[in-house]
Amino acid sequence: MKEKRLLSGNEAIARGAWEAGVRFASSYPGTPSTEILEAMAQYKEIKAEWAPNEKDAFFAAVGAMLTGARALASMKHVGVNVAADPLMSVAYTGVNGGFVLVTADDPELYSSQNEQDNRHYARFAKVPMLEPSDNQEAKDFTKRAFEISEAFDTPVMLRTVTRISHSKSPVELGERHVPDRPLEPVKDVPKYVMLPVYGRERHEVIEERLIKLKAFAETFEGNRVEMNDTAVGIITGGISYQYAKEVLPNASFMKLGMSWPLPEKMIREFIDKVDKVYVIEELDPFWEEQIKAMGHTIDVGKDKVPLCGELSPTIVAEIFDPTYTAPKDVYGKPIPPRPPNLCAGCPHRAVFYTLRKLKLFVHGDIGCYTLGALPPLSNLDTTICMGSSIGVTEGASQVLGEKALGTMVCVIGDSTFLHSGITPLMNMIYNKSNATVIILDNWVTAMTGAQEHPGTGYTAAGEEAFAIDYLALVKALGVKPENARRVNPYNLEEFERVVQEETNKDETSVIVVADAPCALLRRAIESYNAPLYVDEGACTGCRNCLELGCPAISWDKTKAGDYKTADGKIKKRRGIAVINEKLCNGCGLCYQVCQFGAIKGNDEEVALGFQLHKKGTAD
Amino acid sequence: MTNILVAGVGGQGVILASDVMADTFLEAGYDVKKSEVHGMAQRGGAVSSHVRFGKKVYSPIIKMGEGDYLVMMEKMESLRWLNYCNPATVIVMDAVEINPPIVNIGEMEYPGDIEATLKKHFKDVYIIPATSIAADKGNERAANAVLLGALSTLLDIDEEYWLRCLLRHLPERLHDLNTRAFAAGKAIL
Repeated sequence: MKEKRLLSGNEAIARGAWEAGVRFASSYPGTPSTEILEAMAQYKEIKAEWAPNEKDAFFAAVGAMLTGARALASMKHVGVNVAADPLMSVAYTGVNGGFVLVTADDPELYSSQNEQDNRHYARFAKVPMLEPSDNQEAKDFTKRAFEISEAFDTPVMLRTVTRISHSKSPVELGERHVPDRPLEPVKDVPKYVMLPVYGRERHEVIEERLIKLKAFAETFEGNRVEMNDTAVGIITGGISYQYAKEVLPNASFMKLGMSWPLPEKMIREFIDKVDKVYVIEELDPFWEEQIKAMGHTIDVGKDKVPLCGELSPTIVAEIFDPTYTAPKDVYGKPIPPRPPNLCAGCPHRAVFYTLRKLKLFVHGDIGCYTLGALPPLSNLDTTICMGSSIGVTEGASQVLGEKALGTMVCVIGDSTFLHSGITPLMNMIYNKSNATVIILDNWVTAMTGAQEHPGTGYTAAGEEAFAIDYLALVKALGVKPENARRVNPYNLEEFERVVQEETNKDETSVIVVADAPCALLRRAIESYNAPLYVDEGACTGCRNCLELGCPAISWDKTKAGDYKTADGKIKKRRGIAVINEKLCNGCGLCYQVCQFGAIKGNDEEVALGFQLHKKGTAD
Repeated sequence: MTNILVAGVGGQGVILASDVMADTFLEAGYDVKKSEVHGMAQRGGAVSSHVRFGKKVYSPIIKMGEGDYLVMMEKMESLRWLNYCNPATVIVMDAVEINPPIVNIGEMEYPGDIEATLKKHFKDVYIIPATSIAADKGNERAANAVLLGALSTLLDIDEEYWLRCLLRHLPERLHDLNTRAFAAGKAIL
């Protein structure tokens, strides 16, 4: 018997790629796709890279594929938007080595700005899409995707969702087989140079290819009919298959392992055999609309199955199992929420505290700092997608003119800046925007769990690499040297002064935060500081420190009432602040915020920020 | 089919505990699925994981009302998952209380009626001072091993699978601590 191991969906995809002989993989981190590339980097036979963004990841994988290697690019659903330009044209050129694009969709928006359904991309780009329903299929379909890619001369999309990517189930392991093909560039101008004259020819080729793929879909083993009671026939696939199987075990199933193109004949024969047809799919009525367009009647589809959010066995049972009712809430009272929060010692807290104090309108971006929108910091006003902060601030500053001075700023993380902040900054400078950009350089792609990027000084494999010097970069783009500043945000007074100065200048400014790595980044932080404490006799209960939203600071109202100050006077207070010494790492923010000297450290001088290792090689 | 819901607060070791369970059930010869969601900065946020095992498992998530065991690493978190329970659900819970930010800043109270609520609606409620026990054994972060030890007494699976799978997920320097924490959890039920 083959070895079976519990793998996550993402690990299974990486394993499938390795078994398929993949030599090259590239990606940009994004939930729920991140661990695919991380798992690839564990295989020494694969050159696995973090790219600055998804388009670059896609390009790099295309280059490897054109040279004859099997190559894979993986990204989250919205990452495919970034890579859509080359996707639409590589659909035309076709492949040399096998090429697979993994799209990891995020129904329910566990960590995304939208829940777009990327099955539409397969139809749009006229490429096949496979969609596993468990992790064994995630591995098997990844391998099959490379075979299909080479057999039909097409890029192949593999779609996973959060619930597959981040679930674990048993997977049988196999051996690695590398196709026997020379690694060399192939000269074939009409195929690979998309001049209009060749593009026209290629369009005809891909329409013919789509017809062949439709015929293939009829025999693809991932499209499977499971005949049972014929009263109800369910057409489903992906994770929805599992929920439907759980709730309606006696029904007949047509399970689609290939989301596009659809096996029309197979679907027709299945529908002919059953009395009622249900289509159960997450998000959009993608299959339902296609099946209706084939001329079939559907008894239950998106009229009952929700369009929004993730499906679950509970939701499917509520629709299809008349004997099921979800239990009532036996507690019946509000439960204090426990939302994600910036960590104790997080450098973003210092930035948002200051921006709020200065009452600035803040265009934000994608990263942990998007949490700056939530109370008590509550000072982030827009977030659209990667790079939007700088991009929209440019236009806003042009319309506002002088009114933008001292009133508006944008914030963007280091990884996001390198992903898609450079060209909008170029736009600012070129068009003479008066805006100020704050680059929140925390030395890593933090939100997805600490991935490397071209500014960190390390590669995906952990090798040392050149680290971008942000100040040198922005100056090269045209920011005047006097408008390009570095400042430590933990020093609240200095940071506030620099932000005021730069936002009031009538020219483009960039502030790069200095010495402010992610507070969880072990390789950056040499040591934390001793926890601070609240002097009970000095705390007036003003609650200023609580406005920082630090998880280490809490309110003790049992200390409300009269208290004796250091000079012997009796005063009243509503309660006092308390610092949890297990959570506090002594970043020094609350120490500065307290106007009564009630927050103290055991050392004579309270440090602002942490003791750090040296950053990457160039900065 | 057995359904186990594990929940707690980010950083407590919820995911590790559910990984150990899933491995243990696989080794014991069952089909297993395990599902959790991690994304935005989850440090301090609510974390949960579904573990299901049996002859054949389809859905990686549990249907509401069909949880057999609720393994809670923090008291208040149990209240969020009662919809997954039925009167026969067995609850194994750490007695530790961790305030969420909204309680920290004094805008909401930490519920005082958790035990009473659970005992009113469920017959088998085991509240264990897992964090304190783990601290006694050397480090409160081994609270998850204490709870695993307690859970192991309720399921018909050999201890050798549990221990082997637990230690496989830990660096060697933590083996002794976690072995003792597991044994302490086992002894308390």
